Amino acid sequence: MIRRILSLTGLVALMLAVAVPVLAQDARVEAAKKEGKVVWYTSLVLPSAEKVAKLFEAAYPGVKVEVHRTGSERILQRVMQELTANIKNADVVHTSDAGHFVFLKDKKLLMPYTPAGVDKFPPGFKDKDGYYFGLRATVTAIFYNTKLMSAAEAPKTWKDLLDPKWKGKLVTAHPSYSGVVATHVLALEKQYGWDYFKQLGQNKLMIVQSAADTPTTVVSGERIVAVNGGEYSAYQLKKKGNPIEIIYPKEGVPLIVSPTAITSFAPHPNAAKLFTDFTFTREIQQVMADSEGLYTGHPDVKYPTDKPKLGDLKLLSADAEELQKRNEEIKKRFVEFFGA
Amino acid sequence: MSVSTHRRASGATLRGRLEGVDRSLPVWVATALAIVALMALPLAWLGYMSVGAEQGTTFGHYREVFRDEALRKALWHTLVLAFWTGLVSVALGAPLAWLTARTNVPGKKLIRALVMASFVTPPFLGAFAWVMLAGPNAGLLNRMWRDLTGATDPLLDIFTMSGLVFVVTMYTFPYVYIMLANTLALIASDLEDAAAIHGAGRLGVALTITLPLVAPAIVSGFILAVLQALALFGSPAILALPAGFHTITTQVWSFFHFPPKVEQAAAVSIPLLLATALLLLMQKRLLGRRGYATVGGKGGQRRTIALGIWRYPALAAVFVVMAGSIFLPYAVLAKAAFARAWAQPLTWSNVTLANFTFTLFEYSSTKAAILNTVELGLATATMGAGLAALLSYVTNRRLVVGHQLVAFLALAPVVIPGVVLAVALFIAYTRPPFVLYGTLAILFVAYLTKEMPVGYAQSDATFRSIPPDLEEAGRILGAGRLRVLRDVTAPLARSGIIAAWCFIFIGVIRELSASIILFTPNTRVMSVVIFDLKEEGQFGAIAVLGLAMLAMTFATVSVVQAALGRDVLGVKE
Repeated sequence: MIRRILSLTGLVALMLAVAVPVLAQDARVEAAKKEGKVVWYTSLVLPSAEKVAKLFEAAYPGVKVEVHRTGSERILQRVMQELTANIKNADVVHTSDAGHFVFLKDKKLLMPYTPAGVDKFPPGFKDKDGYYFGLRATVTAIFYNTKLMSAAEAPKTWKDLLDPKWKGKLVTAHPSYSGVVATHVLALEKQYGWDYFKQLGQNKLMIVQSAADTPTTVVSGERIVAVNGGEYSAYQLKKKGNPIEIIYPKEGVPLIVSPTAITSFAPHPNAAKLFTDFTFTREIQQVMADSEGLYTGHPDVKYPTDKPKLGDLKLLSADAEELQKRNEEIKKRFVEFFGA
Repeated sequence: MSVSTHRRASGATLRGRLEGVDRSLPVWVATALAIVALMALPLAWLGYMSVGAEQGTTFGHYREVFRDEALRKALWHTLVLAFWTGLVSVALGAPLAWLTARTNVPGKKLIRALVMASFVTPPFLGAFAWVMLAGPNAGLLNRMWRDLTGATDPLLDIFTMSGLVFVVTMYTFPYVYIMLANTLALIASDLEDAAAIHGAGRLGVALTITLPLVAPAIVSGFILAVLQALALFGSPAILALPAGFHTITTQVWSFFHFPPKVEQAAAVSIPLLLATALLLLMQKRLLGRRGYATVGGKGGQRRTIALGIWRYPALAAVFVVMAGSIFLPYAVLAKAAFARAWAQPLTWSNVTLANFTFTLFEYSSTKAAILNTVELGLATATMGAGLAALLSYVTNRRLVVGHQLVAFLALAPVVIPGVVLAVALFIAYTRPPFVLYGTLAILFVAYLTKEMPVGYAQSDATFRSIPPDLEEAGRILGAGRLRVLRDVTAPLARSGIIAAWCFIFIGVIRELSASIILFTPNTRVMSVVIFDLKEEGQFGAIAVLGLAMLAMTFATVSVVQAALGRDVLGVKE
């Protein structure tokens, strides 16, 4: 109940905050309303995506958001599969695999569009040609179940996970599903080589698909330690009182910036622009930081005090071009080492 | 004179031929068109794609596929899964059938109802439930086991090949049960009596008389179970992938991951198709070759075997099996639907309706998916039952030339596993002249093809049981064929056709293996949404949707029962 009241007041505040710019862009809003909806292919975890959609619909009554949520790699599969049958459905594409946007841009499937206010974002969040921009960021980390293991026993570094004592106790997500994990695999491969994953594979990992499902698996107790996963999902679970702790290895944590872009074939281009601008407002970027535990590129966003600042972490990054080039290799090697 | 007779004769045959053509032509044209659209075109594309190259043809895709060690492993896993599923299904289904058909085990009605329930439960829901029951660490059964015994090792590990075989079997043994219960109900006891009189003991009678009589039904049930296991997608995806192994169906599905390898998917599909066809041919041979008079007749007495003190232990054993397929999975689904954290005990602080509000009101895909599912279910069932009724009427009354071929074609799709059908339809209908991909139509085509044999078999049995005498009486009294059809045949066939409708409807709402390849974001159905949620690990939402799917299924089942005046498994007690 209290939560509901809080979210309601948040909503009212938000509507007030967006009310002023809305007046200035009446024409655009009208055009978007005429289109009626925006189709959003997103890899943001389902409850968070639905929340952003609801906030947009409250701010712009008459424009619906159609949320199609699945893993990053599945989103690219969907978009490309649909195009083979000449289906033009997606307006806004948002995944956690930056390589996708290099690929889509090359294929001329993106519309150049610079959302309002992104000029203040750091360079890592911006495409130099203005086709795609980082909507949110997270890191991958190690998670463990605090009920089943003490902090002293927990692994501290990525290499600790190679110890055979973890056999049958680890869980990983899949780079054929999750863009977060595809990026993670590349970042660690650059650090340690494929040999790291070959050795990790010896520990008989349980394989789930989504980077959001490794922390839930740890919380359920099915496996004690997650070797990767979206830190924001683990943070949300931790905040709700679940027995999970996050370890940020000292050697560095892969940073995943998840871009968003409007397609060149968008059937609702005005609604798509309105929605994209909306997601980059300070208010929504703040929502992502507060309740979702994400990092963002927005300079004015305040972060919860119970998680490390991005600047305090040593970050490993994977280059978008390289992600795109090695996409197939990443998936293939993963299957080779982990079985499926 | 001779000329005029000749002329008259040829006139008669001509008229006869015209009459024949008159009736046959529309039926044939309609059937031919349907077959081309549903099967021939997609399968032709499938074959073409599997050997297609930039220029000319190639066996390169086949070579690539079968040289790949990962694929060979997947093939091996599929064989192991199918074989053991067949065997264990027989080991469970056969004794169960014997108990309900021939003994005085108590609660026969209940047992049949439970077998029916596992028959209609979507196997992927069962697999999902068993993840919560027997995951090696968080699984509720394993936790209880550890608490009771203090053991550190799990009692059960569902993420293994044996775990997969177990779960698949739980929803496959009813096929063996149905084959066998229906056969046992038709075998008279005279032969068994004769053997007993000649001094054979109970075991002797069973081994020398009963077993050989039911052997074809057992083998046939075995083959049906094997076919089910070969074609399944959902259970392996939920249980084998986390354990790090593939089966052929999950492998075909992963060929569609980006970048897609449709040619390789086609090259794997063809052998799977051939294997299925071969198995079905074997089954047909087995059942067809020996025409047991004893099995065919309905006469003769069937004596009930008294189990004595074993009555209740037998019932208890049945309940153990049913705990595996119904009681435990349904209970854990219900628990997950109402729990914040499924792995924690259902204390007050853990009880919530949030899963229901999220799934039904906040998650925007739910409503569309339920609507799509119901729409497709209604459309496919109505079209399918109508078509099946028409075709089976035509073949049973031998109204057209080549009616045997019509019957064969209506049953033929049974050899096409769902995944293979989906690959074929995907290739055929993502390109001109018919671009159906992205619409509900492609799912409709898939479902209609897949369910046609079920609908046809049910309607065929219906028309077979309506003797032509009544229709002939109507004709003799001066009514035309259409009037007879309306006033005599239709009322008699109605309940059978309603049953066919319901079977198709149930088949459609649980369909996953073809849908998972053919859906687009706008044409998602319930099973696909459940699978999506599984990939994201949203257990509560899956449980809610799963319960909704079961509710729809059982509502439909009760319609069948009312229509037929008996349960859906076949024979009366």
